[in-house]
Amino acid sequence: MDFDFSDDQKLLKESVGKLMASRYGDFEKRKGYQTHTNGFDPAVWAEYAEAGILSLPFSEEQGGFGGGPVETMIVMEEMGTALAVEPYLACVVLAGAVLKYGKADDKIPEIATGEAIVALANIERSSRYDLNDVSLPAKLDGTAYVLEGEKSVVLGGGAADYFIVATRTSGNRRDVDGITLLLVDAKSPGISRRGYPTQDGQHAAEVSFGSVRVPVANVIGEVGKGLPILARAVDEAIAGLCAEAVGAMDALVKMTVEYLKTRKQFGVAIGSFQALQHRSVDMLVMLEQARSMAIYAALSVDDADEVARGNAISAAKVQIGRSAKFIGQQSVQLHGGIGVTMEYKAGHYFKRLTMIEQMFGDSDYHMRKLAASGAAIAA
Amino acid sequence: MDLNLSAEELAFRDEVRAFIAAELSPETREKLVLGREIGKHDFVEWQRKLNAKGWAVPHWPVEWGGQNWGPMQEYIFLDELQQAPAPSPLQFNCSMVGPVIATFGSEEQKKKFLPATANLDIWWCQGFSEPGAGSDLAGLKTTARREGDFYIINGQKTWTTLAQYADWIFVLARTNPQAEKKQQGISFILVDMKTPGVTVRPIQLIDGGREVNEVWFDEVKVPAENLVGQENRGWDYAKFLLTNERMGIARIGVSKQRIRRIKELAKSERYGDTQLLDQPWFREKLVSVEIELKALEITQLRVLAEARKRGKHGEADPNSSILKIKGSELQQVTTELMMDVMGPFVLPFAASMDDEDRTNEPPIGPDYAASAGPTYFNSRKISIYGGSNEIQRNIIAKAILGF
Repeated sequence: MDFDFSDDQKLLKESVGKLMASRYGDFEKRKGYQTHTNGFDPAVWAEYAEAGILSLPFSEEQGGFGGGPVETMIVMEEMGTALAVEPYLACVVLAGAVLKYGKADDKIPEIATGEAIVALANIERSSRYDLNDVSLPAKLDGTAYVLEGEKSVVLGGGAADYFIVATRTSGNRRDVDGITLLLVDAKSPGISRRGYPTQDGQHAAEVSFGSVRVPVANVIGEVGKGLPILARAVDEAIAGLCAEAVGAMDALVKMTVEYLKTRKQFGVAIGSFQALQHRSVDMLVMLEQARSMAIYAALSVDDADEVARGNAISAAKVQIGRSAKFIGQQSVQLHGGIGVTMEYKAGHYFKRLTMIEQMFGDSDYHMRKLAASGAAIAA
Repeated sequence: MDLNLSAEELAFRDEVRAFIAAELSPETREKLVLGREIGKHDFVEWQRKLNAKGWAVPHWPVEWGGQNWGPMQEYIFLDELQQAPAPSPLQFNCSMVGPVIATFGSEEQKKKFLPATANLDIWWCQGFSEPGAGSDLAGLKTTARREGDFYIINGQKTWTTLAQYADWIFVLARTNPQAEKKQQGISFILVDMKTPGVTVRPIQLIDGGREVNEVWFDEVKVPAENLVGQENRGWDYAKFLLTNERMGIARIGVSKQRIRRIKELAKSERYGDTQLLDQPWFREKLVSVEIELKALEITQLRVLAEARKRGKHGEADPNSSILKIKGSELQQVTTELMMDVMGPFVLPFAASMDDEDRTNEPPIGPDYAASAGPTYFNSRKISIYGGSNEIQRNIIAKAILGF
């Protein structure tokens, strides 16, 4: 039983914290980054590369830093505190994990050095959060697969140099077998995309594939066996997202408490009112519960038992979702009018936290998954 | 970072588990499983077994039977007792008055009281709360007037748990009514319940049980040697006592045990053509509680890890107020789930819940159903006692958030 970071992890936290503070300490800078094409400043991305965090989750043989889930948690928490807009989760954590577990190491050095951005394209119009719900056909034609169809809400898709596309090579729409992951060059003929900002100031894209030819050599993992890789990668992304949410919630609780201590009405700081103090305490309780589950997620994501891993991740996502909703809504309420302005940071934390709930399965989705599995979480 | 118990901790857990399995009377365990009240005999028998093993008062000083365990070991021990389920060592003795006497008492008091307290030869009750002093404990009005070698105590205590079994009571009484602040001028005095002028009257709680009492003091003459520590310093000792009470305050093991029981019963309970446990709505309610409980367990372990770093008997950690709030809420919500399981059989009131006056009449509905309603009603006290959850919020607001 040990909740301490190692010395290396402490150093990592400190250096990433410093980097993020220098790039995001002034909230106006963030607004500047968002004016770039694809919603982030490539110069900041290059700094991430230089700092080594783009290579963090990859092994040394893969050209990486050899970090594990705790290292990812540390970085993601800092990203959450900073309210960072770069596609770190999308590219390094999520797409990176697909490459890692699909044993498709060739593109990893390009991610690690910041040369290439890779984005996972798996969501379709009807799939919602079900990873097995894949229709987009990839038909074998000689030595290439031919892709036809559309993918939605591709995180980091506007800036992507490569897509990892979940395709259907056999079976029916919701079959767990027959899903093949393909690495697709974004410049391939037949690809068109429409990038757009998301509600929380990040970016995604709609991507359409019109007779896009992908060499069979670009299969990640095995043909038809893409789902377990996808599931594993999404679990890692959820663990990272939980940490990001904790960073955002922690900052938001602090910000709200500070505001209550300085905002005066009726001649006194409004933080002197017990109703508002108790609300703040309830926010803190929700934050600590979320922090515990983010740790649990990080420490469970490498669990060899797939069911145990999935249950832990789902449980964490539910707690994070509940805490994020409560803290987000209450912090806006306690700020009053300023909380619902675009100018002020609190509302942006609230928006990010709200979108986190909608990603990779909302609380209801994960609750049902857990209920169906019937496994004991607390025992 | 690592969530796993160490090899030593696992071995210790197994040792505790094996001891409970071998030594706990099946009757006592059965009462706890069924949610029935356990009587004096259950407590005494079990605590004497624990004491013989050296486990009744592990957190006391070693010379008085302590084990020098770390916070983690203490937690594992309590958690195993709660999950078994087995009675915990009587908290009035072991977590409250014992540590106060061991720390602030005279040598004579230690010799006279500590071994008997550990072995439950003396049953203690707590004379703190008064009708006008609940959350505002320092507002207490019971007086102790010094007359020669005696204190004369007058006043009324209330919510005195299991005073009907008690041999002695530790009382906070006002010895200096002129003190500048109300916290000053309070003393910590030990009173034999057999002293003339002490009257115990039961208060029946909404579940029908009689676990709490009013205790009246009418010109009760107590030898001055029964004062603990210094006169007028009782508030300090009371605060010390309350920080000792924090270990295991979330009672996660109790909630875990109840959830296991709920699952077991929900398998045998029919719902339409299926088991109740197969109903998605029921499973979601259950899972919802399990998630929060898992989160709380890790929060608890984080607080323990901090305690381990601070060393034994450090400052009270205001984070334990988080554990109290969430822990009490979850204990309460598990009692609601238990009522969900019983359905209409929650309704029949069995007047025989008291251990002492159980009748031989057959139960109405399944025999485990009778306690569901009373346990729920009774559990509302959990967010009220030990500093109400609103007081806990005040503590957090001040000590953690800096309001």
